[in-house]
Amino acid sequence: MSEQAQQELSFEEAMKQLEELVGKLEEGDVPLEKAITYYQEGMKLSKVCNDKLTRVEKQMEQIMNEQGEFEPFTVQEEE
Amino acid sequence: MKDRYLTVTALTKYIKRKFETDQHLREVWLRAEISNFKQHSRGHMYLTLKDQTSRVSAVMFSGNNKHLKFTPENGMNVLVKGEISVYEPVGQYQLYIRQMEPDGVGALYLAYEELKKKLSGEGLFEEARKKPIPKYPNHIAIITSPTGAAIRDIITTIKRRYPLVKLSVLPVSVQGPHAAPSVVKAIQHANELDGIDVIITGRGGGSIEELWAFNEESVARSIANSEVPIISAVGHETDYTISDFVADLRAPTPTGAAEMAVPSREEVQQHVQSLKRYLHRVVHTEINQSRQRLQAMQRSYAFRYPAKLMQQKEQDLDRLMEHLQRNVNMSLERKQEKVGNLIQRLSQQHPERQIELSKVNVQQLTTRNQRAMKQELGSQQQAFGQLLNKLNLLNPLEIMQRGYAIPFTSDGSVVKTVQDVQPGDSVQVRLKDGVLDAEVRGIAEEDYNE
Repeated sequence: MSEQAQQELSFEEAMKQLEELVGKLEEGDVPLEKAITYYQEGMKLSKVCNDKLTRVEKQMEQIMNEQGEFEPFTVQEEE
Repeated sequence: MKDRYLTVTALTKYIKRKFETDQHLREVWLRAEISNFKQHSRGHMYLTLKDQTSRVSAVMFSGNNKHLKFTPENGMNVLVKGEISVYEPVGQYQLYIRQMEPDGVGALYLAYEELKKKLSGEGLFEEARKKPIPKYPNHIAIITSPTGAAIRDIITTIKRRYPLVKLSVLPVSVQGPHAAPSVVKAIQHANELDGIDVIITGRGGGSIEELWAFNEESVARSIANSEVPIISAVGHETDYTISDFVADLRAPTPTGAAEMAVPSREEVQQHVQSLKRYLHRVVHTEINQSRQRLQAMQRSYAFRYPAKLMQQKEQDLDRLMEHLQRNVNMSLERKQEKVGNLIQRLSQQHPERQIELSKVNVQQLTTRNQRAMKQELGSQQQAFGQLLNKLNLLNPLEIMQRGYAIPFTSDGSVVKTVQDVQPGDSVQVRLKDGVLDAEVRGIAEEDYNE
C-alpha cells in the first residue's frame, strides 16, 4: 500500500483494516515474517487513524436552500 | 333598623360561602377558548375563558401550570378542570384551574393508537428491519427546523464529540400542516445525496399536537423506506412518536441522538492506542520466543560438543552398515529360497511326464480306433452283401439269358417307348450273344393298358 493511498483512506476504512490485522494476530500461529509485516502495516494504519483524530480540518456545517443547493450554515447562538 | 343593613364584605363572604358549599362548583370541567392570556413573572397564569356568548375569568397558579406540556395562547381551544370560587377584593367569581390541555387531544391520541397498531401489524417496528448505525460516519444529514434548540444541540454535541464528521442540514417545518410533507421530502432527498451515512431527524419537546408531524403515516413510511439509517429524536424522554418506533434507532432527545450518531473522539483515540500497544506486544513476544528458541539451540549438546557428535555419528554409521549387511544377506537367502521353489515347480512341469501321458493316450486311442474299424468293416460287408443280392436279382443279363433283347439308340441310350425314335432312325438290338444293326421302317403305336 502506497503512502498516497494510505492518506486517502477514510478513517472508517483505516480502523476496519487495523481491527482485521489485530484479529489475524490474535488467531495465533502466524509465522514470524508475517507477524512483522502485520506489525508494520498496523503501525502505519494506527498513525493514519491518530493523525485524522488529532489534526482535524474544521468541517463546516452546510444547509440546503430552496434550490436544493448547500450553503454554509452557522447555528444561532443561544439567546 | 340599623342591624338590617349589611356591609359589602359581609355580602361577598356570604356569596363565597354559598359557592363553596355547592358541589357542582367544586369540580367544574369546561371546554372553552382562551383570551386575555397573561403570564405573571412569578409563574401564575391569568386568562379569560369564553365561548360565543359568555366568558369567565380564570387563574392557574404556577404550582399547577409548571407541568404543562404546551404553552397556552389566545385563540387556543382548551379543556380545563378546576373549581369556581369568589375573589373577594373585587367581588368576582372565577375558575381556579388545576388541569389544562388542548382540545382535540383525545382524538389525536386515538389516531395515534390506531396508526401504531396498524403499522406494528405490518411489521414496520420489527427489530429485524432495523439497519445498523455506522460506527464511524463521515457525513450526517440533519432533518429538523433550522431554528430552535434541537439543531443547536445536535450540532454542538457532534462537534464536541467527533469533529471529523461532515454535517448537512436539510431544513424542514416541524410543526403545522406543512411539517409532514417537508419531512418526507427531506428524507427522500437525503437518500438521493451521495455519501450520507446516517440521518438524524426530529425536534424538541412539545404537546401531542406540536409533535404530530412525527406521528403521520407518510413520515413513518418514508423512514421505513429509507436506505440510509435513521436516528429519530422527537421530543423528550417520555415522548414516543410513531417515528420513534419505525426508526432504526430511537434517541430520547436531540442531544441523545447526536451522542448515538458519533463516537467520542477521546474513546476512539484510546482504542487506537490500545491496538497499537497490542501490536507492539505481539511482535515483541514473537521475537522473544524466536530468540529463546535460537538460544536454546545454541546451548544444545550438539553445538557444544561437535567431537562427541562426530563420534556418535561414526557409531551410528557402524550400526547402520551392520544393519545393511544383515539385510542384504537375508535378502539374498530369501531370493535363493525362491529360486529353489521355482525350480521345484518347474520340475513338475517336465515334458517327460507329458510324453508318458501322451503315449498312454495314443495307445488307448489306437485300440479304440481299431475296434471301431472292425465294427465298421463288418457293417459295410453286411451291407455290401445285401446290395449284391439285390443286384443279382435285377441283373438284365440274367433276363437276356432267357431270350429277351434290348434296343439301343445310336447314341447308346435304351429305347423304352415308340416315342423315342422316328421312322428311318438306326437302332442297335442287343441279344444274349451279339448285336443286330437295324433300321426303323415304321411305327405302330398301341396301348396295352386298355
